[in-house]
Amino acid sequence: MLSSTAECLFWLGRYTERAANIARGLGVASRMASLSASLGGDGAEWRALLIASGGEAAFSEKYPAITQEAVVDWLVRDEDNPSGIVTCFDAARRNGRAVRTALTVDMWSALNDSWNRLRKLDLSQIEGEALPEFLDWVRERVLLFNGAAHDTMLRGEAWRFVELGTALERADNSARLLDVRHGMLAVGETAEYAQWQAILASASAGRAYQWVYRDRLEPRRIAELLILRPELPRSLVACFGLVSEILEAIATEQGGRRGECHRMAGQLHATLRYARIEDIFAEGLHLFLTRKIETAAALGAAIEGFYIRA
Amino acid sequence: MAFDEMRDGDLAAATYAEIEAWLARTPLERLRQKSAEAELLFRRLGITFAVYGEGGDPERLIPFDIIPRIIAASEWRALSAGLEQRVRALNAFLADVYNERRILKAGIIPQALVLENEAYQPHMVGFRPPGGIYTHISGIDMVRTGADDFFVLEDNCRTPSGVSYMLENREAMLRLFPRLCARHRLAPVNRYPEHLLATLKSVAPERAGPNPNVVILTPGSFNSAYYEHCFLADEMGVEVVEGADLFVENDVVFMRTTAGPKRVDVIYRRIDDDFLDPECFRPDSLVGLPGVMRAYKAGNVTLANAPGAGIADDKAIYPYVPDMVRFYLEEEPRLANVPTYLCEREGDRAEVLANLEKLVVKLARGSGGYGMMIGPHADADMRAEFARRIQDKPSDYIAQPTLALSTVPTLAEGGIAPRHVDLRPFILFGRQEITMVPGGLTRVALREGSLVVNSSQGGGTKDTWVLEEASPQPAPAQSQGGG
Repeated sequence: MLSSTAECLFWLGRYTERAANIARGLGVASRMASLSASLGGDGAEWRALLIASGGEAAFSEKYPAITQEAVVDWLVRDEDNPSGIVTCFDAARRNGRAVRTALTVDMWSALNDSWNRLRKLDLSQIEGEALPEFLDWVRERVLLFNGAAHDTMLRGEAWRFVELGTALERADNSARLLDVRHGMLAVGETAEYAQWQAILASASAGRAYQWVYRDRLEPRRIAELLILRPELPRSLVACFGLVSEILEAIATEQGGRRGECHRMAGQLHATLRYARIEDIFAEGLHLFLTRKIETAAALGAAIEGFYIRA
Repeated sequence: MAFDEMRDGDLAAATYAEIEAWLARTPLERLRQKSAEAELLFRRLGITFAVYGEGGDPERLIPFDIIPRIIAASEWRALSAGLEQRVRALNAFLADVYNERRILKAGIIPQALVLENEAYQPHMVGFRPPGGIYTHISGIDMVRTGADDFFVLEDNCRTPSGVSYMLENREAMLRLFPRLCARHRLAPVNRYPEHLLATLKSVAPERAGPNPNVVILTPGSFNSAYYEHCFLADEMGVEVVEGADLFVENDVVFMRTTAGPKRVDVIYRRIDDDFLDPECFRPDSLVGLPGVMRAYKAGNVTLANAPGAGIADDKAIYPYVPDMVRFYLEEEPRLANVPTYLCEREGDRAEVLANLEKLVVKLARGSGGYGMMIGPHADADMRAEFARRIQDKPSDYIAQPTLALSTVPTLAEGGIAPRHVDLRPFILFGRQEITMVPGGLTRVALREGSLVVNSSQGGGTKDTWVLEEASPQPAPAQSQGGG
């Protein structure tokens, strides 16, 4: 496959996933904010979301204060935000259009219809009551796109690069979401039950927790679920496991051609696979997650270096 | 009155019988609803062409008219024989002017007209492409003015576009009107990509073996025909590449892939000569591939169409095409030219200036319907403007009589009405054979009375139905006696 095609597919996977993650995060934050002024009233939720999306510095240059309106504006429609929902859809479609022939008709329709609909929408109206509905729509469109890819795409290289982008973006997102809230999970900290629920909800993992632990929420278990449980599709170990698996599959198809990215992915997956939550807390959750975020970025660069910019 | 393909001529009654009955029994609202469905279909599939710099939606649909244009089997037989002959002559002309120059030495075409022409490519002199083929893909624009009067309006030997619309239009018709299609014996067009791939493979360098690596080189997603480049690549199962995807090393072209560099054997380039190779042509080109001409001349890669093929479709050369047919093929031309005045010839120029209100004046090197004047539709100011331009730069202009292009019923704002059409068949010239799928792209001028069919000037397209010969076997009993 052309390197440039692989690049577009990889970023198509990343941008669609990012749009859904932002929508998920926004949904949880706005719910938290409306649940209790004492919890979210000081803007902590919005600040956390902003940091998790990685755009705090650019945000502060444009907006005087972290308010709900400002954060929603920034994360939904601000064209200066490379990780905003509208810009993500735009970038996803641009990447998809450039490799239109590598996509199936169903994938393209899911992508193109979303973009057409978004273009016709009055974005200034997306606030207050209309926000949750819009965020659900965004998540549904990405689910449809992922479903179309899953159901219709030939299991060749094109599929693998889309998957690779999706898995890597998801891993990065899970690590960031957890990291901005690491304080609430720290030993001895008495955070509110609702905040723990929020952490799980932002990874769509509330129900999953109950299935795995069948018990009340506990910070350590929440961290374990989101970092170490392979059965949760958004956990770090599951995402990096998938990244490693896909890289191996590509290498096998290319007659065993491997590079630094394969080693890194394998190592990362192995350390997560054999890690214990006690050790992670002993090391410090924040430090652990920061390292994982950095490694994920380095892995992304290594993948691009090997397959795309070689 | 223009010749109407449904109303006039001996064959019309038979060829258009079903269409006429269909139009008579289908309410206008139903047709409009189908038309809206067609638009939705094209929009969903992303079949758009890009128009930049004019404001508005940059991704536009070419309007599609749901009423098909029909060509009888016997008409197509005559047309296709003429097209094959014309393309052979054009290709022979190219091989000649870049090598022996016999036609110039014989005094049939003025030497300066060819050798001093911008489209003449000095880099091609003395080089013979694989199989001696220059015009692998050509589109010959045809117009009709009467039952038996078909004319070639212009030849396109560089990078003719529109074939994806031909294919998608048929696809849309089969989806929207399966029963109407079934009542006709439609000659299929869907094998075009297969023929195109075979044509391109046939001219690969010898060493490439039986499975040469063919790619389509596009200027990128901002090009108006980008959709078509991707569509054809997809249909042929080949890669569509931009200049940045390729590199040249030791006069060999490679593409960058996830599995490392892969050698390229044939490039179907949809980039103009000027931008193809900054080493040879415009040094500021960002979309081309530096060194590709070296690789081409070393015989390591084949370019389709050949650089310099544009001299064959130059509007100043056009009047001589019938002479080419006689000179190279020793045959009488089967397809007629439109009588053409070359403004740089003094006698022609006087004639043109005296008859501006009757003539169509065109740029000798223009395309897309830009920079032209249709005399009968122009006002006095416009005619004066063109008279001045012609006197200023006579060699830039040609003129032709205003033809009454044939009309075909079309779904217009006020109902079904006749609209002028042309036809662009696509001809593939491979090492072993010349192939073309029956028909081509019918373009229609949607504005009442308009003769300009270009999509950039408010033109649309129609599906073109070439009917197959009635089968020699007797028809099955149940379909006899009325039906």
